[in-house]
Amino acid sequence: MADAALYASADRLFTRKKLLSFGLPALVLAYLVYVFFAFDLPGLAERARMDNAQTLLSDTWSYKTHVTRDNRSGGIDIAIEGERKGAYAEGTSPDWVTPEGEATRVDLGEGQHILLLPENGFVWDVPGYGLIEGRLDGRSLVTNLPETGLPEWISASSSRVQITRPEARVALTRAKTEVFRYFPGWELFFFTLDSPYHGHGLTEILFGDQIDPARGNLAGAWHDFWQNGMWRHADVAWALFETLLMAFLGTMGAAIVALPLAFLSARNFAPLGALRFATRRVFDFLRGVDGLIWTIVLSRAFGPGPLTGALAMLITDTGSFGKLFSEALENVDGRQIEGVASTGAKPLQRYRFGVIPQVMPVLISQVLYFLESNTRSATIIGAITGGGIGLLLTQAMITQKDWEEVTYYILLVVLMVMAMDSLSGWLRRKLIRGS
Amino acid sequence: MTQMPDAPFDTRAHYLALTARRRLYGGILMAVFVLLMVSGFLLADGRNAGGFWDGLPHILDFPADVVRDTIPRLNLLPGYLVKYFPALVETVNIAAVSTLLGTLGAMVLSLLATRGLARWPRLIPVFRRLMDLLRAVPEIVVALVLIFVLGGGPVPAMIAIALHTAGALGKLFSEVNENADLKPVEGLHSVGATWLQRMWLGVVPQVSPNYLSYALMRFEINIRASAILGFVGAGGIGYELRNTMSWGQGKFDEAAAIFILLFLTIVVFDQLSGHVRHMMITSRSKGH
Repeated sequence: MADAALYASADRLFTRKKLLSFGLPALVLAYLVYVFFAFDLPGLAERARMDNAQTLLSDTWSYKTHVTRDNRSGGIDIAIEGERKGAYAEGTSPDWVTPEGEATRVDLGEGQHILLLPENGFVWDVPGYGLIEGRLDGRSLVTNLPETGLPEWISASSSRVQITRPEARVALTRAKTEVFRYFPGWELFFFTLDSPYHGHGLTEILFGDQIDPARGNLAGAWHDFWQNGMWRHADVAWALFETLLMAFLGTMGAAIVALPLAFLSARNFAPLGALRFATRRVFDFLRGVDGLIWTIVLSRAFGPGPLTGALAMLITDTGSFGKLFSEALENVDGRQIEGVASTGAKPLQRYRFGVIPQVMPVLISQVLYFLESNTRSATIIGAITGGGIGLLLTQAMITQKDWEEVTYYILLVVLMVMAMDSLSGWLRRKLIRGS
Repeated sequence: MTQMPDAPFDTRAHYLALTARRRLYGGILMAVFVLLMVSGFLLADGRNAGGFWDGLPHILDFPADVVRDTIPRLNLLPGYLVKYFPALVETVNIAAVSTLLGTLGAMVLSLLATRGLARWPRLIPVFRRLMDLLRAVPEIVVALVLIFVLGGGPVPAMIAIALHTAGALGKLFSEVNENADLKPVEGLHSVGATWLQRMWLGVVPQVSPNYLSYALMRFEINIRASAILGFVGAGGIGYELRNTMSWGQGKFDEAAAIFILLFLTIVVFDQLSGHVRHMMITSRSKGH
């Protein structure tokens, strides 16, 4: 009889386990199928802009130089990324752009070149395809291309002719002819073209002759690098600092505010049951109203900037810290407090010498964890309120062309967060073991 | 040189000197900290568009506006709650799917990065760095880049949060794995189980309660994250919130509905996951 009951219970157990091990994955799978359609994943392929992905990827590791022949003035402009800050001064040009009689020769390397003709036209001998000619004839553009059967990297109409190849791109319109030539790397990362130090190596600057007669090499080079108009290193460094500042002020401020409140809401310290209940609900409210909402509310009062972000973090984290600290306080050992009290200590001294030493390691480690994760949050909040590296990141993304800057900022953010991670880990070990 | 007899060791003086030195260090540390806080505050205050003391009286202006717009049209509120409920479901879905996928990724990554369990012990540092990297990238960065490529909607947010979750949970999971008992794994190894079988049958049953508890905690965090990402264009309730906010004064009653929905969701899931975690702990301490 006992055996039968045992068998039955074993059977029940097995059925339960079977249900769990098959039912759970089935449930998850069913949910994923639902989400697949709820998020319209089949339609995603249509909406995805693969050309955007391509621009993004190529822009992160390469840059382009624009060589433009303006048809009205007949002059040649050369500018890196087509930006004014990257323009070559009048009369200067990189060595791959040379005048050739009336025309201008743009060397593409590997024996290829494009000729920009004086009457707004171009000649390009594309390897594997043949010589392509295009020019302005009266009001319309004419080419030697056939009417039909063009490869997909050529588009030609009477108002615009464009040839896009991996090594370069040429676009001919009535107003101008424009050649893009691509180079690997980040353009003008150290010095812009107007700096005398552009094109000089590090050893040359450190040990070579004085380049700019007015300034010492090191001071001048540092100044030009730091004030680089294109990459704005000084602003970026400041933005990183601002992000760290937000995280620091928010976390530490929250800890300072939350500690006394936690005493009010810990079961063993609360002077009044009602007060304890109220404090707990305040913590729940601060946490429940998300950081996003606090950010919105505060930015109406304080305007955009790092202080708004810091206060938003302070308020949200006060709720989290309050809960964590009061839990830590509820777990303290009463005997130590009694011991301190038996020496005639006043309440404040009892807290200082009986309670704080017990909860300090927990407090410190929580605060340091939050400091690290708030560095990341500060980037996100900065993007919403407008402060720190988050702002620079969103600004660079909105232009949709400065992806090399976006990459640079992402790299800096990741390095910053990782550095904070190791710093907080190091401090945690140091402070908790040390004290 | 003659050896001097040891002076009697004055314990009291030594102790007092030690305490004094410790107090001094503590005091210096405290002073530096206060200095940092004050100067940091002043700096942030100076860089802000509006000052702290000017803004402080206006801190309740926006909530007051919202309430002022909502009270006369309180009868519309239930309608708004229904109207924005689908967006809320989308936000919760983003959080749920990304937690699910992130947890799976974290499981694999953490097993591959734990000494004694890893499939390829030489690659442990690689997987650890990979987790660090995933953890360090803020969700918003991945989301914004993916929005540019994939267009707005829930998918970029989902991918971004899932990646971050995989990194964050991976670290916690690998700490759990390190405490796992290796005997079942060795037993399975001796009968010729493959790595996947050893992990699935030997390790996962031991650690799954801890995994679940961490994953639930992460789910709470991810709901907040998905609301924030919606605000920068990734769909869900955050996106609706930004739209209603930009309509300006007089239309904040819809924003109020969204605030209520978001608040309730966060509180409900917070309590729910806390309750489940509490239940798991008590059921285990009773001796399962």
